[in-house]
Amino acid sequence: MHDHIAHVFHQEAGRVVAALYASMRDFELVEDALQDAFVLALERWPRDGAPRNEGAWIMTAARHKAIDRLRRESVLNRKKADLKTRLEREQEEANVDADEIPDERLKLIFTCCHPALAKEAQVALTLQVLGGLTTSEIARTFLVTPTTMAQRLVRAKRKIRDAGIPYRVPPAGAIAERLDAVLSVLYLIFNAGYTALLGDNLIRHDLCAEAIRLARVLTLLLAKEPSLPEDAETLGLLALMLLHDSRRKARVTPDGALVPLEEQDRTRWDHQQIAEGLAILERALAMKAPGPFQIQAAISALHSRASSPAETDWTQIAVLYAMLSQVMPSPIVELNRAVAIAMAESLECGLSLLSRLEEADALSGYHLFHAARADLLRRSGKFDEACIAYTRALELCQNNAERAFFQRRLTEIGQQAR
Amino acid sequence: MHYALLIYGSQTVYDGMTQEEQAKVFQGHNAFFADVQQRGIFEGGRPLQPTSTATTVRVREGKTLVTDGPFAETKEQLGGFYILDCKDLDEAIELATRIPEAAFGSIEIRPIMVFEM
Repeated sequence: MHDHIAHVFHQEAGRVVAALYASMRDFELVEDALQDAFVLALERWPRDGAPRNEGAWIMTAARHKAIDRLRRESVLNRKKADLKTRLEREQEEANVDADEIPDERLKLIFTCCHPALAKEAQVALTLQVLGGLTTSEIARTFLVTPTTMAQRLVRAKRKIRDAGIPYRVPPAGAIAERLDAVLSVLYLIFNAGYTALLGDNLIRHDLCAEAIRLARVLTLLLAKEPSLPEDAETLGLLALMLLHDSRRKARVTPDGALVPLEEQDRTRWDHQQIAEGLAILERALAMKAPGPFQIQAAISALHSRASSPAETDWTQIAVLYAMLSQVMPSPIVELNRAVAIAMAESLECGLSLLSRLEEADALSGYHLFHAARADLLRRSGKFDEACIAYTRALELCQNNAERAFFQRRLTEIGQQAR
Repeated sequence: MHYALLIYGSQTVYDGMTQEEQAKVFQGHNAFFADVQQRGIFEGGRPLQPTSTATTVRVREGKTLVTDGPFAETKEQLGGFYILDCKDLDEAIELATRIPEAAFGSIEIRPIMVFEM
């Protein structure tokens, strides 16, 4: 029962916080009230059984708890007294039925991802307020102490209150920019989970699932919002995350070793999730508003469609990376394009593109640059140079699963060279 | 909510402008002022003389210390401010984008502190 209650609260947190924040405009109060409601549920649900409409129960209980808290504090504070009176009135008026409570989460997403907040604060806030993750869970994910994370969250919430960051869906003129910020937050959350998968701890798949869940919520909310056009990039991001995540089980061996795409057992990919990702990508592309997430999803889709590594359409992948580098120029995109060209045309071509990148020096400290170069050298039979490049990658890499993989390659090369 | 929109710009950039460009900045402020005045959200605001006229005062252990400056030749300096009554931060941001210096300097938005009685 405890697990069930925790699960329901996690699932409902975003909706409840959004609805309560709409009337209270005070994150601390909303969170305290939700926590009180959780304690009450732990006491009541095992005794009386879970309520029929759990979401509505949580909403009502949290509202009552907020009023209780305000009652205690209102003696000294006129503003709190006013808020208490208003909430009590709302409580009488609304015979709370969860289906009738307007879904305020879209407003909350835009508030949490407001550009006036630091990116890391946007990410943490979104995870806490919409994702229902605890401060210590978020702290663990981003490798900071719970105290640091708690301070970061408090500071962000104070800024929202004191700087007057609005609680609303941005007007049509500003929506594109603001939506970009939201998407980048979701993608950061996803990546935090996706790369953690390769680390020592495999705990953070929840983050990938959470980012996917929030992206689904976002697409549904956008679809319901009459003032907004359906957004191709939002769908593109959702497709991208679904396609990446579909390879989760094949990416890592049971003992935590990294398996490169080429060696993955493709029957272990989640083909249902791939089908969903491909269908969503189709829908996005049909809108004829291409963007970086759709292009990346299209690249991922080409890997997903290949039933063996040899069938991968590297030519098309190289074309897509060229498109990506036009809309989102970055040395990392160039790195990926060089690898695709190496696979599509010739290893020589790829390697010469990499040397040009090396001259520009933007990636010399990036372990995956050296790893990619090492891989192409290995394929070309230039084992000595490959060894040097893998060693360089090893020196720069912090992630143990990746390090183990580079070690494995070095051993293999040592055997082949002999 | 009341916000202070603090205008930062570099004197060297401003000095490097042609007369027409400087006139455009001036007209930009006139238009901005007329607009916020007409909307009833103007609560105050003034341009400041350049930092070459600045004087800094400190009182330490009862003693008054007066110094010339500060001068920051290369960095952006506070050049003036508006105080505006905005609905929320988004409105303040939107207004800030229309201050001429936003295009070559920067605008810092600070909510004005309210003391609850």
